[in-house]
Amino acid sequence: MDCRVTLAQINPTLGNLERNFELHTAEIEAAKRAGSRMVLFPELSLSGYFLKDQTSEIALRLDAPLLARLAERSREISIAAGFVERSPEGRLYNSIGFFEDGALVHVHRKVHLVTYGMFDEQREFAAGDRFVAFHSKLGRFGFLICEDLWHVSSAYPYFLADVDALLVHSCAPGRGVAEEDGELSSQRVWQTLLTAQALTTQTWVVWTNRVGWEDGIFFSGGSRVIDPFGRVKAQLGGLETGRLDVDLSSRDMERARLMTPLRRDAKPWLLEQSLVRFRTQN
Amino acid sequence: MDSGEKKPAPDLSIDVGLVEQLLVHFLREEISSAGFSRAVLGVSGGIDSAVVAALAARALGEKNVLGVLIPYRESNPESEAHGRLLCESIRIPHARVDISAMADGYLAQVPAADRLRRGNVLARCRMIVLYDHAAAERALVLGTSNKTELLLGYTTQFGDSASALNPIGDLYKNQIYQLARHLGVPSPLIEKAPSADLFAGQTDEGELGFTYEMADRLLYLLVDERYSEEDLVRAGFEREFVRKIVGRIAATQFKRVPPIIAKLSHRTVNQDFRYLRDWGR
Repeated sequence: MDCRVTLAQINPTLGNLERNFELHTAEIEAAKRAGSRMVLFPELSLSGYFLKDQTSEIALRLDAPLLARLAERSREISIAAGFVERSPEGRLYNSIGFFEDGALVHVHRKVHLVTYGMFDEQREFAAGDRFVAFHSKLGRFGFLICEDLWHVSSAYPYFLADVDALLVHSCAPGRGVAEEDGELSSQRVWQTLLTAQALTTQTWVVWTNRVGWEDGIFFSGGSRVIDPFGRVKAQLGGLETGRLDVDLSSRDMERARLMTPLRRDAKPWLLEQSLVRFRTQN
Repeated sequence: MDSGEKKPAPDLSIDVGLVEQLLVHFLREEISSAGFSRAVLGVSGGIDSAVVAALAARALGEKNVLGVLIPYRESNPESEAHGRLLCESIRIPHARVDISAMADGYLAQVPAADRLRRGNVLARCRMIVLYDHAAAERALVLGTSNKTELLLGYTTQFGDSASALNPIGDLYKNQIYQLARHLGVPSPLIEKAPSADLFAGQTDEGELGFTYEMADRLLYLLVDERYSEEDLVRAGFEREFVRKIVGRIAATQFKRVPPIIAKLSHRTVNQDFRYLRDWGR
């Protein structure tokens, strides 16, 4: 999986698919020039986040011309981008698509929709029901969309599937400006969660978050790459748009797994037994 | 788990540098995404409008912010002097509109109006002046209500609470002071007692009947930390004070929402017709 990836920390325009497509195109070209093999965009990167009634208006079927045009651009570089997916049954999903060699090759539908505080995703979206790792010509990956990362059960299937990197995409609003935190407290929590996942799954963790404001709510950027030892390899700032080119190496992963053989010692059947007991008791 | 100990006063300290950065970005982006590049605001000589003016000057450039001094004949002359001092210190242009004739033209017809009504008339006259200046300047009106005032409903609906966007509405009064010091607001504005200056000798704390310091602490625990009434009493607040504040918040909710609309159709504005302001950019 040795390759350079580019995190595109963009500020999409709410509900404007065409303008956002142009933004994606510019980022894809820049990533290609930087020698990257993969470019990653945030959650709902083609549509913007607080869509409310716009959700159904800008939803895309997987055979939509706009997605075909994006796929066209994936011949020289793999692309992960977010959009509202309309399923053949008419359900709407908060989805991330992986485009490679001119085709849409994998879609992850957000499983853990956030519906509390400022969020109302279960009103707009149907929930995905699986975490499936996928093969790319660059390696083996697993997608997590924002809240997916907060549930301990989400990354475990990817750990078992031996992925090379967790690709985490979000529209994470910044909040918490207490002096003692030294940064947005929400960003501190993200750092903790990302680090924990890198350490426990011993994979690269690639977090692409967006920036910008939607009706007074700020998305706090800080896109970053955590190595399999739990160290921040590189990161962007929290306020501005930006691009981050990072080289992921499989050798780092091998060394991390050699030094702490969590995979060798994993006992997933204990989880299986617990789940069976949980199901029969509840 | 509850030890029964009194909890320490909450620390409302904010990272002022971070807050400044965020609010400058907020003003810049939300004004430009609405198709504008300029802002107007009422400069009262108080600390809240001083903070908003200073943030706007940083976000948009001094020339793109107009401070409007809007005295009434009974206003404390110190308010206008402090307003001027502020505009000069942050180098934004200012305009002055005396609303005495405008307000008295109406008030003369309602001689029975009490202090509250008269104060509301002044606040709404100022709103008219600001929105008209915004139209003339192709600018947006900036709000200057802080979180403490908004939660207590210590505002005039469609008066001082009217604005296109408000950068300080999620900061308690105590936090406004922290930000004011960081932004270099002139010290006379920071040191004087807060006043709406709607009648002679008025102070906010005198009129409210409690201090901002107490209100901020309670509101922070109640709203941000989701303390219950019992939690607040356990934290050392008097039950009567807690009930007074909680009652006040509920009684003034109408000031914090758009007008309610009788639902008749299948799709009703603000009920199930739901779009952000930033829709259609």
